[in-house]
Amino acid sequence: MRKLLNSLFITSPDVYLTLNGENIVVKKEESDIGRVPLHNLESIYAFGYSGASPALMGACAERNISLVFLTKNGRFLAKVIGESRGNVILRKAQYRISDSDSLSLLIAKHFIIGKVYNNKWILERMTRDYPLRIDLSMFKEVSRELSKNLIEIKNATDLELLRGYEGQAAILYNKVFDQMILQQKEDFFFKGRNRRPPMDNVNAMLSFAYTLLANDTAAALEAVGLDAYVGFLHRDRPGRVSLALDLMEELRGVFADRFVISLINKKIVNKNDFFVKENGAVIMIDEARKKFLKAWQDKKQEKIKHPFLGEKISWGLVPYAQAILLARHIRGDLDGYPPFLWK
Amino acid sequence: MQDNNEDEYLMLSGIQHFIFCKRQWALIHIEQQWEENVRTVEGQHIHIKADQPLIREKRQNKLIVRALPIKSTELGATGICDVVEFIQNDKGVSVFNSKEKYLPIPIEYKRGKPKKDDSDVLQLTAQAICLEEMLLCAVDTGYIFYNEIKHRVEVPISEENRIRVRKMFKEMHHFFNNNYTPKVRTGTFCKSCSLQHICMPTLMTKQSVSSYIERVLKE
Ligand code: SF4
Repeated sequence: MRKLLNSLFITSPDVYLTLNGENIVVKKEESDIGRVPLHNLESIYAFGYSGASPALMGACAERNISLVFLTKNGRFLAKVIGESRGNVILRKAQYRISDSDSLSLLIAKHFIIGKVYNNKWILERMTRDYPLRIDLSMFKEVSRELSKNLIEIKNATDLELLRGYEGQAAILYNKVFDQMILQQKEDFFFKGRNRRPPMDNVNAMLSFAYTLLANDTAAALEAVGLDAYVGFLHRDRPGRVSLALDLMEELRGVFADRFVISLINKKIVNKNDFFVKENGAVIMIDEARKKFLKAWQDKKQEKIKHPFLGEKISWGLVPYAQAILLARHIRGDLDGYPPFLWK
Repeated sequence: MQDNNEDEYLMLSGIQHFIFCKRQWALIHIEQQWEENVRTVEGQHIHIKADQPLIREKRQNKLIVRALPIKSTELGATGICDVVEFIQNDKGVSVFNSKEKYLPIPIEYKRGKPKKDDSDVLQLTAQAICLEEMLLCAVDTGYIFYNEIKHRVEVPISEENRIRVRKMFKEMHHFFNNNYTPKVRTGTFCKSCSLQHICMPTLMTKQSVSSYIERVLKE
């Protein structure tokens, strides 16, 4: 398995990124405030409106380092893409599947099986770890419902049905989500998902986590030669990384949701980390964003055993492993796409 | 491979990948899965040599030519000879811009020492086939220079090896035309393969995906 290299997060909005030899140099008002060798980097995320020199962009493209520009709140703006790796055969196979509802269904099903299975086990873990703090019978009930849902998903005969079952599973899971928040209940609660803009602290963090995950997943797909914009479950829409969104379905709960919940439960974030705009929209303050990114980076270094490969890898490499497995299935090496089934 | 479809020409240097592992060859040459793809590797190759006098160097009865681009329509392959020594010989052929007649001898430079497998020998044989075709002459010997032992080894271009090279390119073209990446028997050699993380050799001995899902869901 390949090595997980570091991500560099640029969070001050008023710096400019340049290339000097083999280093990225962070400049502020003409003076250098930081310097990092490129060969240690896998991705660079620039939050805010900082710029970067064409020379740096070129160097990143050449070395397959993803250089992504986002707004301060983590909304995707642009990324640097180098010369394509010439894998037109793989991409054409991907497009053929995407054009066929029945072929798309076979892969899309596995994404959703992964998602629902993992969410079920998030709940099962809660019943094991905190039986005295949650409504045990409700968790068990939801878990049973999700098991039934899994069978329906497995037997789904078209994409519309599949989306329907996924919706039902999401409603079930969201019903108990709030109960997984065990600390700071007055400041952190989940009444449902809202995102444009997020209207509470939890949604603000979920949105940020999903953006990071989507970027990581898209970078992994592009690295193995797939087109992150052409999906099987999410329909094509200009500018939407549909395949990245498909692939991250299995990781949303088990990686992003659990991450956000643990920041709250471990009191790494608190109510002072958020700022409410006049219209009720909630924004994380810069300091909170830094803590968040630091913890995100640490989480990516944690090791787990990959359920299909049987190898120990870091969490950060999971999107990459799944992207390879997907590419290998599309090329015909594997009889199906093996979802990441976590327990 | 008798037509002139040069876009479909395969790289001579692929012989070493193909002998090491057919799947590795396919991952590199068909799927273009390479950290730095093969073209840049070949590019560097040329670059090192290009620093030295590119054209001919004349020494007594020899013309020494470096980084000579070669190809063979028969094999459907193209590549670069590190060095070709043209030895003056009345039975030889005239080469462009010279009065005398010469016979070409390909010389391949290797960084290490002689290998156990015969990928170096077969690569040299393929170069000889290219030179024969381009110059219309016979090449019956070549050399491999091993940097680690600072010594060149003479290699006869045997009929048997020519047959193997032809067979190998036939098979490569067959894979290439079908965009087919073979699944192969994996082995200890996978440990020294630079494409492990893309190939995932464990996949080839793996349970099927459907049984994986069935099993996990039942647990
Ligand atoms: S990992 Fe093994 S099977 Fe795969 S390409 Fe390398 S040598 Fe061949």
